[in-house]
Amino acid sequence: MPEQKVVDADYLLLEAPRERKFITGAQAMAEAVKRANVDIAIAYPITPQSEVMHLVGDIWAQGYLKDYYRAEEEYGAMSAIAGAVRGGARAFSATSGPGLLRGLEAIASWPGHRIPAVLGVLTRVVNAPLSIQPDNVEISYLLNCGMVVLHAENQQDVFDFTLASFVISEKVDVYIPIAVCTEGFFVTHAKGYVNMTPEDMKLPPRDPYKAPVPPTDCEIPPARIQRDAPVQKSNFMSYLIHAVWQQEIWASNIRAMKYIYKYLGGPIEVVNPEAEVFIVASGCAAAQGREAVRYAQLEGLNVGLVKVKSIRPFPEKEIREVLSKAKAIIVPEHNIVGWLAKEVKATIPNNDIVIGGPRVYGGMTLPVELIMEKVYQALGIKKEKKVVV
Amino acid sequence: MPMEVLPGPAGYIPTPAAFEGVELPAPGKALLYGKIVDEEVAMREAAKAMLTRRNPTIFPGPLVLWGWNAGAMEKAKAVLELAMEIPNCRIIPMPDYRPKYPKIDPEAEINPNHPNLTILHNKIEACIFVGVHCHYANLSLRMIRAGTNCFTIALCAEMGHEDAMVSLRDVHAEEIRRFRDVLVQVREELGIKWEPKLPPENPSLPKEEYQTLSVLDYGEYSYLLIPRRGEHVTESE
Repeated sequence: MPEQKVVDADYLLLEAPRERKFITGAQAMAEAVKRANVDIAIAYPITPQSEVMHLVGDIWAQGYLKDYYRAEEEYGAMSAIAGAVRGGARAFSATSGPGLLRGLEAIASWPGHRIPAVLGVLTRVVNAPLSIQPDNVEISYLLNCGMVVLHAENQQDVFDFTLASFVISEKVDVYIPIAVCTEGFFVTHAKGYVNMTPEDMKLPPRDPYKAPVPPTDCEIPPARIQRDAPVQKSNFMSYLIHAVWQQEIWASNIRAMKYIYKYLGGPIEVVNPEAEVFIVASGCAAAQGREAVRYAQLEGLNVGLVKVKSIRPFPEKEIREVLSKAKAIIVPEHNIVGWLAKEVKATIPNNDIVIGGPRVYGGMTLPVELIMEKVYQALGIKKEKKVVV
Repeated sequence: MPMEVLPGPAGYIPTPAAFEGVELPAPGKALLYGKIVDEEVAMREAAKAMLTRRNPTIFPGPLVLWGWNAGAMEKAKAVLELAMEIPNCRIIPMPDYRPKYPKIDPEAEINPNHPNLTILHNKIEACIFVGVHCHYANLSLRMIRAGTNCFTIALCAEMGHEDAMVSLRDVHAEEIRRFRDVLVQVREELGIKWEPKLPPENPSLPKEEYQTLSVLDYGEYSYLLIPRRGEHVTESE
C-alpha cells in the first residue's frame, strides 16, 4: 500500500491529476473507496455486489480501511453501518436486489438518523423467480427513503459518484446517506476507461463533530446527552416534531443539489439541447440512449439525450427547462415499472408527449434498435420490418 | 421566486423554506426573510427585532452551554456579552434534545420537541438560537414559525437556517461580538437608553454559587459532567 497523503476534498475531486485505467465498474467503486479515507466497510455478499465488496476487502487487507467484516445478513450489515456512522466513523457498504430489500428497513431509517453513509447499489433482478441478472427495479424502492440517489451510467460515473458521495453526504447541511446505483454486470463486470485521481491521495478523515446532530456515545458533552432515541416517545412531545423531522430530511435532500452541481457537473447531462425528440434516461439506459442519438444523427434525425444522474433530488427545474420545447420524450428503462418515466411525467406539464419505454427487464439487454423504434414512432416515420429467415 | 420567511403563525403544518426555493447563503452572506443579503444588513434587522419586540430571549444550545472546548467557552462568554446589551433580555437554555417527562418547565428551558410551549408561555416575540445543532435548530425554527409570532434569529456556526427570519452563518465568538457591536449601534440610533447588565437568573433553576458548586448540584445532569466510577446507565428517563 502506498503512503497516502490527505488532500483537500475540493482539490481531490476537482483539480487533482487523473490517470486513465481500463477497469470494471466494481473495480472503479473499490478504487473510489480506496481514496475516500473510509474507516469501515460492512456488507453481506450477494451477486453482483460481491465483486465490489471482495475488492474492498482486498484494499482493507492492504491497509486502506481500518476495519471490514461480513455481517450476518443485510439487515445486520445496514444496522451496523448506522452504528458505525453514529459513532463517528466513515462507512461504506454495497448490496444488490433482494439484499437491498432485506436491508431496506435499516436503510430507510438512515436519513432520519442523519447517517451520512455511502451505499453502492449494484442492481439485479428482485426475486421471484430467482435470477441474478441486471434489472434496476430496486431503485424504485429507494426513491421515497429520503436518501440521495445517484445513478451511474458507466465505470467513470461509478468512480466519480462514489468518491464525491463521501464528501456530499458529510456536508453539515446535507448529512444524509447517498446511494450510488449502477447496473449489475453491465457496468460492474464490464470494463471501461476510468480517469482516476492519484492512488497516493485521499480525502480528509471524517470530523464527526462537524455535524447537525451530536455524535453518540463519545462520553463528552454535548455528545453524550443524546443517548436515548428522542423521536420514539410520542407521548412526551408534539406530533409536529415528526412532521418537521421528515421535512428536514427532504430539505437536506434538496440542499444536496448544489453539491451535485459543484462536484458532478449538475444533476443532468444534455446532448443536442435543440432537439425535437429527447431520450431521457439514467444509468445504463443512458449509454444506449447516447448511442441512439448517434444512430439518429446518421439518419439526419434531430434527437437529443437528457441523462439523469441524480434521481433524488430529482432535477425537476432542469428537466422542465430542457424539455420545454420537446415534441416527444422517450424514456428507455431497465425495469418493468417505468419509475423514471413516472418521474418525468410528474415533472413536465404536457406529459402526454412522454413515451414510457422501451423497457427491458429480467436480465435482458436494451438494443439501440428498440429505442430507435420509439424515435420513428415519435417522428411518424414508418419503417418496414424485415424478417430474415 | 423564493418564499418570504416572515414571523408566523404560519399554520397547522409549516412548509419548509427549503421546499420553496430558499437557499443557504455563501460564506460572508446572510439570510434575511429568505433572501440572501450582506451580513451587516441582516445583523441590523436582527438587532432591531431584539430591541423592539416583546420579551427578547436567547436560547443557547449544548454547543455553548457545555464547556467542552476552549471555543465553546469563549463563545458562551460572547453570548453573555451580547445578552447584557439587549434591554430586558432573558436566557432560556436548550440543554439537550430529549423529550421531557412528564412535561417541560417552560420558564426553565426550551426543547426542540415542543419549542412553541416555551415561546408561548413566556410571550417571546424575538429570539436568538445559538449553539444548537443544526438539525434540532431547523426543527425548532419551523415549529416556532408554525405556531407563534416569534421573530427568529439563528447565529449558526455552520451554514445557517432557511426557516429563521435572520440567519447568520459561520458565527463563533468573534462574530457574536461583531453582532453585539452592531446591536449597540442600532440601539443608540433608536434612542434606547440601557446600561449593560446580566440577564436575570433563570427562576426555575437553583442558584449557582460558583465558590461551592458541586457536580451534584446539577441534579439529573450531573452524570454529564463526571460519570461515576463503574457507572452503567441502562435507563435514562
